[in-house]
Amino acid sequence: MTWQTETQRIAHNIRRRVLEHTIKSNGGYLSQACSSAETLAVLYTNVMKLNPSAAPMIPPPFSGVPSKINPRYTGAAYNGAHTPDADRFFLSAVHYALPLYSTLIETERMSPDGLAQFNQDGSTVEMIGAEHSPGLEVTGGSLGQTISQAGGIALARKLKNESGRAFVFMSDGEFQSGQTWEAIQALAFYKIDNVIIYVDVNGQQCDGKMTDVMNIEPLRARLESFGACVAQVDGHDLDALAASAVIAHNDQPLVVLAYTDPAKGMPILNSRKPKLHYVRFKDENEKKIFAEFLKNF
Amino acid sequence: MEILTRVHAKNFVEWAKDKPEVIALSADLTSSTEIDLFRETYPKRFFSMGMAEQNMMGFAGGLAREDFVPHIHTFAVFIYRRAYDQICDSIAYPNLRVRFFGFLPGVTTPGGATHQAIEDLSVMRSLPNMTVIECGDATDVESVLDAIHNVDGPVYVRMLRGEIPRLFAKEEKMQINRARVLSQGDDVTLGIQHLHLTTLKPFNDHLVLESLAKAKRGIITMENHTVIGGVGTATAEMMAEHGIGKKLVKIGLQDTFIHGASKPYLMREYGLDAIALVEQVEKLIGAKLNISENDLAAVRLDAVHSEAKAEAL
Repeated sequence: MTWQTETQRIAHNIRRRVLEHTIKSNGGYLSQACSSAETLAVLYTNVMKLNPSAAPMIPPPFSGVPSKINPRYTGAAYNGAHTPDADRFFLSAVHYALPLYSTLIETERMSPDGLAQFNQDGSTVEMIGAEHSPGLEVTGGSLGQTISQAGGIALARKLKNESGRAFVFMSDGEFQSGQTWEAIQALAFYKIDNVIIYVDVNGQQCDGKMTDVMNIEPLRARLESFGACVAQVDGHDLDALAASAVIAHNDQPLVVLAYTDPAKGMPILNSRKPKLHYVRFKDENEKKIFAEFLKNF
Repeated sequence: MEILTRVHAKNFVEWAKDKPEVIALSADLTSSTEIDLFRETYPKRFFSMGMAEQNMMGFAGGLAREDFVPHIHTFAVFIYRRAYDQICDSIAYPNLRVRFFGFLPGVTTPGGATHQAIEDLSVMRSLPNMTVIECGDATDVESVLDAIHNVDGPVYVRMLRGEIPRLFAKEEKMQINRARVLSQGDDVTLGIQHLHLTTLKPFNDHLVLESLAKAKRGIITMENHTVIGGVGTATAEMMAEHGIGKKLVKIGLQDTFIHGASKPYLMREYGLDAIALVEQVEKLIGAKLNISENDLAAVRLDAVHSEAKAEAL
């Protein structure tokens, strides 16, 4: 069996799990799983050098917000112990939490039973993930903040002569935000080339099609003019996604623009265009259609 | 009265000598915030982040997670107004050891409403996990770095620069949540106790509480800040929580912006100067004190120093 076969199977299962949960909860970030499944699967199986999970297979309950009397707890241990040579993963678009939890399950870093806590009170397996959620390390729910935090961590690791890299998974909507460009500018200025950013360019945001809400294209040219090394690929092409991570990018941050289809693998989602950001079924009938679709998925 | 110059500039360099984890972040105001000497002395520990404060906060959070201790320096308004969301999520929520040095509080700059931090203490006090400090004299500026170094979490310091008077002896250092008595005494007409407060949060110093309980005629707070959310409010909360039913007069900016002008002008215009204090004392005790502008001029600080002037940018 080739790695591609295994990774494709994982990508398929990410979609399936998110579909299951969307039906069960009568709503969910379903199109994000469709667009990102290959990217997440490739990162976890082929690209990132991660240690085995050092976290419990069933996520512990939420231990309270960080404070002077309650130490910080992060979900980073699901991505393995922090050794100097290990890569780190940062989910910036944290509404992709369910696709990430599914990825952790498919890569045997979390138990499938852990998902029973999804979106339940007192759980860390939150719908919009934060730093205590499995697989997460920083709090990025106000989008555009993770890239700067990961940049700071990557800079610190350079100062400490650590070889591990910081992989940041972003959504294309975040490129409407000024902070994202401030961060790219700083990464380029300080030659922080241990940051590799994968962007799910699915062309969708909360209000609908990005070209109707606020255009960000030509994204590649913009990023290059800010000093980033940029690869542009079909975000469902496993080989292209994997090959992009090893492009030479001395002294530059590397940005991989993964152009994706937000209905990939689930053509029934096309009927809901242009509003794909959060799928909530209109009625029982629509839910039934999706449930039927799941049976044969 | 001794007046010192560039106190922080020299002190920060000396203090950071044996602390390699301490780094400085600047947003294009390096000499304006007195970290030019630090940049020259420790170039590898100085990071110019440009006029991009939101990103600077995220970088600081990331560096703090990796055990560096970022000391952010810029004008206060560009910290708490420009990048509040980032301070909240990238630094305060995870309770990271980042230190913010916010310069140009209130009337200390003729830079206008865009540069005058008048509600920074209020904003920062309401942010969970944040410790809030204000420096009031040269000894405060010299001792604040040590005072806050072991705080496990973010600290906002309202900072002074340029020429600063020394109100307390060098060895009478700032301590977190410890007020110091500036003066006290009994006169024929009036007994006073004048406390110098540097810690706005936490705000539960027993010395302050005892003084509030002791006050006979009433309490006056005086702050270079809006009267909403600063030391006046904190005092009012303490009085209410302890059932201290006395009159409280809050001298400060009365829920107003200010504009670009000299410090003496602004202090007069907005009722923050010495004569304003005299007037409020008179109102509180219902009697005239017969203190004139001329009497005050004779003891005014800046008269002893020929180079004293309104601070420019």
